[in-house]
Amino acid sequence: MKILVPVKRVPDPATTIRVLPDGSGIATDNVKWVINPFDEIALEEALRIKEKQGSGEVVLISVGQTAWQEQLRTGLAMGADRAILVKADSPLDTLAIARVIAKIASDEKPELIIIGKQAIDDDSNQVGQMVAELLGWPQATFASKVELADGKCTVVREVDGGLETIAFPLPAVITTDLRLNEPRYASLPGIMKARKKPLNELAADSLGVELAPKLKIKTLKTPEKRQAGRKVASVEELVQMLHTEAKVI
Amino acid sequence: MGDVLVYAEHRGGHFPKTTLIAVSAGLELARKRGGQCIAVLSGDGAAAAAAEIAKYGPSKVLVLEEPRLKHYLADAAAQALAGLVKKLGAETVLATATALGKDLMPRLAARMGAPMASEIIAINDDGTVVRPMYAGNALATIELDGPVRVVTVRGTAFDAAKPSASAAPIETVTPELDAAALKMEFVNFNEIKSDRQQLNEAKIVVSGGRGLKSGENFKTVLEPLVDELGAAMGASRAAVDAGFVPNDLQVGQTGKVVAPELYVAVGISGAIQHLAGMKDSKTIVAINKDEEAPIFGVADYGLVADLFKAVPEMVEAVKKLKH
Repeated sequence: MKILVPVKRVPDPATTIRVLPDGSGIATDNVKWVINPFDEIALEEALRIKEKQGSGEVVLISVGQTAWQEQLRTGLAMGADRAILVKADSPLDTLAIARVIAKIASDEKPELIIIGKQAIDDDSNQVGQMVAELLGWPQATFASKVELADGKCTVVREVDGGLETIAFPLPAVITTDLRLNEPRYASLPGIMKARKKPLNELAADSLGVELAPKLKIKTLKTPEKRQAGRKVASVEELVQMLHTEAKVI
Repeated sequence: MGDVLVYAEHRGGHFPKTTLIAVSAGLELARKRGGQCIAVLSGDGAAAAAAEIAKYGPSKVLVLEEPRLKHYLADAAAQALAGLVKKLGAETVLATATALGKDLMPRLAARMGAPMASEIIAINDDGTVVRPMYAGNALATIELDGPVRVVTVRGTAFDAAKPSASAAPIETVTPELDAAALKMEFVNFNEIKSDRQQLNEAKIVVSGGRGLKSGENFKTVLEPLVDELGAAMGASRAAVDAGFVPNDLQVGQTGKVVAPELYVAVGISGAIQHLAGMKDSKTIVAINKDEEAPIFGVADYGLVADLFKAVPEMVEAVKKLKH
């Protein structure tokens, strides 16, 4: 089975994010870049499906700039077979990125697209669902369990108030939640092998899809910081304060 | 022009508070865009929920009647709504960023070729919207272009709509669906039953972290405090990942965002991803034995103590206060 895994380059979750004084973006000096953690879970799931079936191909796709090669190489080192980097010079909105991924998918014809439920930089939680609609495929968002049998897929989803199970035929799009799996680390032999795996680059504007953004970020600002209060000496004092000062109990 | 279509989520005719938040944000946006706020419902029990929603201020309430919409599924719902938006000429489709809203709205946006802003926290007079990015470390002002747009709103950022004196008219609409394109099938819903309040509706939330050490301790140590305060229970990602409690309880950037009157963080260190889900709470209490824990940086009241001693003491102290 061929599985397409879109990955995004994002700041390491442990990075402290600072907004630039002019509000044009975030400071990127001293930022360590990683694969979006939810996309790592997506890649891990794809690799497990391939290993279980004993055959298949896992193809990575990124829509970004040259520097994104770094994360694609990491994904190849984890075990993906090849990678596609679609380069875009100007910032694209979520719908344009979804259009690029859908276009690549219509050429590559994977049976599954597995993608993180959200990127931890913009927190949009949109691209997987958009790709599914553009392709006319079923979608299973926030997956915590994926089962494949006879061309049919059954997914347990993390939703409000419980777990929902849905089923559908392939091809389809799955977006991953935290509990789906624990991603592996790239091994040393994996890293060596990754250097020789194919990483093809092409230009977004050569694909013939609409790229002009309809969503524009006008400005960024730092939210007001919450001030730390004070320490209390005992449980008794805490409960008194909550009762008489904060008046919340 | 400027009409706002609000997708009013419900389950079997009952709607959560988050649905009234969508209605309230829809009313605000419609006022600012010079249009009407229209609510739309679908699925089992929609008519009953519609009769209630009609009392909360929308100009009109529509019920989508179609057997394929009985159980919510993204492909059918997106088709039905896209058809309705076209018919109505609505400018914006809005829902609260619940699991369902997050699942449906991007699919709908793609179907309509519309831009979408997720989890907005404010609507400016010029029509731009504000949303958090980078786990709440940046607030972005966003402009959406085009004849139709999609937004989801963050449940903590808008007040729930209030009942009005009159009820809006309710109409039934039969959507035209392309049945051949619908491939998703509902299998079952495994509801986590709880007598406690919902996380995003409670005035008080008590959350536990890795410091609780086990699921058993959530039951024996944390739950008595949750119940004594009449609170909802939450958890950090670490506690959910360790299997102490169900994922439904996770508070944070990638879980639920809450802003209760009182948030009590017990044995939670306060990673930035957790703070993103609770830092707008009115009063924050932190109980942690590590005085360097980042959670103390946002807490109004911090208690450096062993939680296994402090929490039972707190249960007794709250009891005493009540009598």
